[in-house]
Amino acid sequence: MANLKTSEKKSKAQSMGMHSEVLTGRTQQKFFNPDEAENFYYFGTYDVDFNKRTDLDVKDMSAPEANKEIDNLMSQGYGTIVIKNPQGKHSLGVGILNKLNLIFEGSLGYFGMGSCDGPTVRINGRVGWSCAENLMAGKVVIEKNAGSCFGAAIRGGDLICKGSVGARTGIDMKGGTIIVGGDAGAFTGFMMQRGRIIILGDVGINLGDSMYDGTIFVGGSIGSYGSDAVDADLSKSDQDWLKRKLKVAEIGENFDVSKMKKIVAGKKLWNYDNLEPTEKKGAI
Amino acid sequence: MCGIAGLIHRGKSSNVGSELQGMLQALKHRGEDSTGYALYGDTDGKNFIMRFKVGENVGEGSSSIMEDVSVYDERKKIVDQYLAELGAKVLKEERTLPYSLRYEISYDKKDLLDFSQKIESIPGVEILSMGKSLEVIKDLGNAKAVCDRYSLDKLVGTHAIGHARMATESGVDIKSAHPFWGYPFSDVSVVHNGQLTNYWNNRRALENKGMRFMSECDSELIAVYIAQKMREGASLEEGMRDSLTGLDGVFTYFVATSDSLGMAKDTMAAKPLVLYESDDLVAMGSEEIAIRSVLPQEIDTYDPFDGEVKVWQI
Repeated sequence: MANLKTSEKKSKAQSMGMHSEVLTGRTQQKFFNPDEAENFYYFGTYDVDFNKRTDLDVKDMSAPEANKEIDNLMSQGYGTIVIKNPQGKHSLGVGILNKLNLIFEGSLGYFGMGSCDGPTVRINGRVGWSCAENLMAGKVVIEKNAGSCFGAAIRGGDLICKGSVGARTGIDMKGGTIIVGGDAGAFTGFMMQRGRIIILGDVGINLGDSMYDGTIFVGGSIGSYGSDAVDADLSKSDQDWLKRKLKVAEIGENFDVSKMKKIVAGKKLWNYDNLEPTEKKGAI
Repeated sequence: MCGIAGLIHRGKSSNVGSELQGMLQALKHRGEDSTGYALYGDTDGKNFIMRFKVGENVGEGSSSIMEDVSVYDERKKIVDQYLAELGAKVLKEERTLPYSLRYEISYDKKDLLDFSQKIESIPGVEILSMGKSLEVIKDLGNAKAVCDRYSLDKLVGTHAIGHARMATESGVDIKSAHPFWGYPFSDVSVVHNGQLTNYWNNRRALENKGMRFMSECDSELIAVYIAQKMREGASLEEGMRDSLTGLDGVFTYFVATSDSLGMAKDTMAAKPLVLYESDDLVAMGSEEIAIRSVLPQEIDTYDPFDGEVKVWQI
């Protein structure tokens, strides 16, 4: 190692009186220690009993009030909560970070079940835009239709819509699985980076536009392919996985998966910076 | 952001003023700068109803210039004089607010272009709507405030469209508020949620064809664009379908005529719309909570797809 000399000369910033603070106390850096219980604590989680069930009527509640009450019920150990009269309210059921059976008897508005990690949710109605955005784990089943940006940026879990969904389904998704029993709108899988999307019906224009990675399976017709979305061979293991997934999702169990189309990223955009100018034109 | 809502009763009339007020009030978080109603009331269809303004609301939040109320009276006098010259007979006159008037007019000519041009040649005067069942009422404030100000909750009719506005592209004033009348067509109105990016190109082309713009609000283009298509012989639905390629930008808009209501969504489906459809009622809005204000029970709703155009008859 070179014998580096430390300079006695102050930098300009130091000469101006900056960088004079003395750092003391606990470091900001955290190290994992299996002996420390706090390393196993996940903020916002509770021990719940799935057999402990209750109803919650949210008709006269605002979304923050309803979500706070759900949190309160979980803290009391309720593991199965039935939400009555959601009536299309926005942002219901957001930020649930533990196992929970949550049933909505009705429809949700925008951003329902956003940023969740672990719950099993059944919505006996429709959902608005951006349902289950940022889902980390768990299962969300929608019995009717869903709006646009369904499953935006999900990292994991299963998101199932038995009806049709709007545009930009699975936009920016980074993992998990989205299953749609009906049709899907334009820009499905837009900029998806990982994960799988299964559409049993038709999809609109620009399917998989600018996708980095991940896989899209389509049972019906495709309006058009987006930039860098290409066909791939549907393997036997793909078909087995599709059958298994559809069965678990209780959707399209008798669907002939062998006729589905498989769409993946051509990875020209993915390596965009490494391409020659002429190749860049081709990628776009 | 803006919110739009509309409903059409098929085969019957209802209290559409109150219903639309509930729908728009549910969307007030999408914009409270102004709210507008296009209500299609039950009338005998013999006479025209002209809603017009002789000035602006200069209340709190308004971007309009304060004027003396006496100016409004002067403008009204000229309107009355021009109506007489046009051969139009005023049967009933209501002055809801100093700047806002409603006339019931007997006028036997079908072409409203000359009529409108003459009335609007008076500086500061704008016809908000002209039709045999249409009445456009728009003003600053949220849906309830406007409804209360103009006593709209009792209005019975077959269909209605409305708009809750968050001003982004133009001023906070009545002239930029929706709905826009499909000048010079009787009973045509438009509300829009979105942004149009080829507004000026289209505006210049349409102005060269003799169409008029009263504001610098991009949404007004839709009303004028469709009116021009209809002038050229297209049906409402054909005009709307044409707009999917003729208009650039993101949009969801509604158009209503005396007996129909239509919706169109841009090819990227960038603006929201939730739709409920049954045999006797179609209700739609930017968010489901708007529909819930008239249908609180569990119902099936859906989002129309990109590039979709739908038209319903009463």
